[in-house]
Amino acid sequence: MVNTGEKTVVIRNLVKKFGDFTAVDNISFDVSKGEIFGFLGANGAGKTTAMRILCCLSHPTSGEGTVAGLDILTEQEKIKKRIGYMSQKFSLYPDLKVWENIELFGGIYGLTDKQIAQKTESMLKALSMENTRDMFVRDMPLGWKQKLAFSIAMVHDPQIVFLDEPTGGVDPVTRRNFWELIYEAASKGVTVFVTTHYMDEAEYCDRVSVMVDGRIEALGSPAELKKQYNASDMDGVFTKIAGRAERE
Amino acid sequence: MKEVLAFIRKEFKHIFRDKRTILIVLVMPVVQIVLFGFAISTEVHNAVVDVVGDMTDPSVRRIVNSIDANEYLEIGEILPSGAMVESRIRKGKAKAAVCFEKDFDRHLKADGRASVEIIGDGADPNSAQIVTSYIKGVISSEQLSISSSSTRGGVSMRPNVQLMYNPAMNSSYNFVPGVMGLILMLICSMMTSVSIVKEKELGTLELVLVSPVKPFWIILSKLTPYLALSIINLASVLLLSRFVMDVPMNGSLALLLLVSIIFIGSSLGLGLLVSVISSTQQTAMMLCGMGLTMPTMMLSGLIFPCESMPAALQLFSDIIPAKWFIIMVKKIMIQGVGVSAIVKELSILTGMMVFLLWISIKNFKTRL
Repeated sequence: MVNTGEKTVVIRNLVKKFGDFTAVDNISFDVSKGEIFGFLGANGAGKTTAMRILCCLSHPTSGEGTVAGLDILTEQEKIKKRIGYMSQKFSLYPDLKVWENIELFGGIYGLTDKQIAQKTESMLKALSMENTRDMFVRDMPLGWKQKLAFSIAMVHDPQIVFLDEPTGGVDPVTRRNFWELIYEAASKGVTVFVTTHYMDEAEYCDRVSVMVDGRIEALGSPAELKKQYNASDMDGVFTKIAGRAERE
Repeated sequence: MKEVLAFIRKEFKHIFRDKRTILIVLVMPVVQIVLFGFAISTEVHNAVVDVVGDMTDPSVRRIVNSIDANEYLEIGEILPSGAMVESRIRKGKAKAAVCFEKDFDRHLKADGRASVEIIGDGADPNSAQIVTSYIKGVISSEQLSISSSSTRGGVSMRPNVQLMYNPAMNSSYNFVPGVMGLILMLICSMMTSVSIVKEKELGTLELVLVSPVKPFWIILSKLTPYLALSIINLASVLLLSRFVMDVPMNGSLALLLLVSIIFIGSSLGLGLLVSVISSTQQTAMMLCGMGLTMPTMMLSGLIFPCESMPAALQLFSDIIPAKWFIIMVKKIMIQGVGVSAIVKELSILTGMMVFLLWISIKNFKTRL
């Protein structure tokens, strides 16, 4: 359900410097409502830094942009209410039970007790985890934790969800399962912004951008990029583009 | 506000689910107080003193009676000869012995001098010193009153040495305020910093920071449970010291609580500061253990009096919040002074609290 008319993320000339080091070097792109936008790049290419700016965890050195129609420089507090975030480290509270994690994040995002109760029910049902309600999160298999973390990132019905390498450390089947959730969210009109370095995941995206040395070197649908770089799969595309990197 | 409450509730769950932590936090103060109170006691209570001498001798009887009347000394056995003194002391049955020479009274009356020997148990030098000085005090006052009554019109000069506030040199008067300072600082700084750094390690801190809850409220809800725990600890230490250690509570309880809250605030600030600097739990533990606890133990006056430190160390001890807290607690609990007597210490500690909280909250924000 990609609606190309409505842009949920608009980024222009974004730069982030740490001292002399330019982590993000003048990037610009748009993401449409309901689009699954992949952010690819080798380790240290600047993916996470760029994403942190969009999530208002960090200020850009220069450049401008909007997220959910709100200015990333001046309307950070409003943006935070409309986005969901799941980080590359699996991050729910291991010593809290499943329902307590849901309750906590529901509470943090200002949901009422009634809304939290409803969300808990529908979320556990959708994940077929009704029986794990009282389980401590630390006792769950990694694949389940990631699904739960994704659902909790969506607890407040955000317009955009940012996933920072959400499926690290799990097998391709579990990854595929996880992507079912992403597709479902996108079909409801949620914009999904995902960083990854698994090339099979890149194939699942509507559009991908490849970052090299802080710059966006390529941007397009997987099919377009494969054609453009004359490669049979995204792996080939990535190797050709990332091979230009000058920094490790 | 609801957001913050959800957060505080979660923080309490972290604490209560970690059985080891809760055990350490709630039992440690009790253990510390008992340890310092009974194991490391330097005070003297009913020390048994044996006597070697002739009890029919009037001057000997007089001195022995006044030793017995002393509330910290107690007469044990009257031994016929000095040979038995050693075995009694070695067996721990007596702390000291007083040996009067033969014909003590006659020598005293005729020559104006008679010899008496005090034997103490040097294996326990601290209490031996205290016991022997008590005995010396008794004898010299008796000696003076005997000599003044025999030579009429002579000067009656009683050495009247009295220790203000702590006549028994009760060591709990010193260690209770010290241990209070140490425990509050340890719990506030170590627990807070470890709990924050743990969230950094887990990655949950990032998740929380991306939420609409402002960093200031996150910090506040992190600190609240530890503030509550510290107040419970404060209460248990105070109850123990009042009813088990018999430390008096001469001043105002409200003032003591105010001072404690300010001290807890500065310790929470220190904990926050540690959590800003360190990125792993080990680092945080090391920083709290070596960087905060050791200097506090050594330099706050808990073990070594600040007055007898070299000038450079005294300057260093001035920047330790616990020092000022301990001074104030002693003044309030034992001397029973009011707020006017602790204005200087109170304002120094308040300044430290404001500075520590301000600098750590400021840096906490920029680090995210």
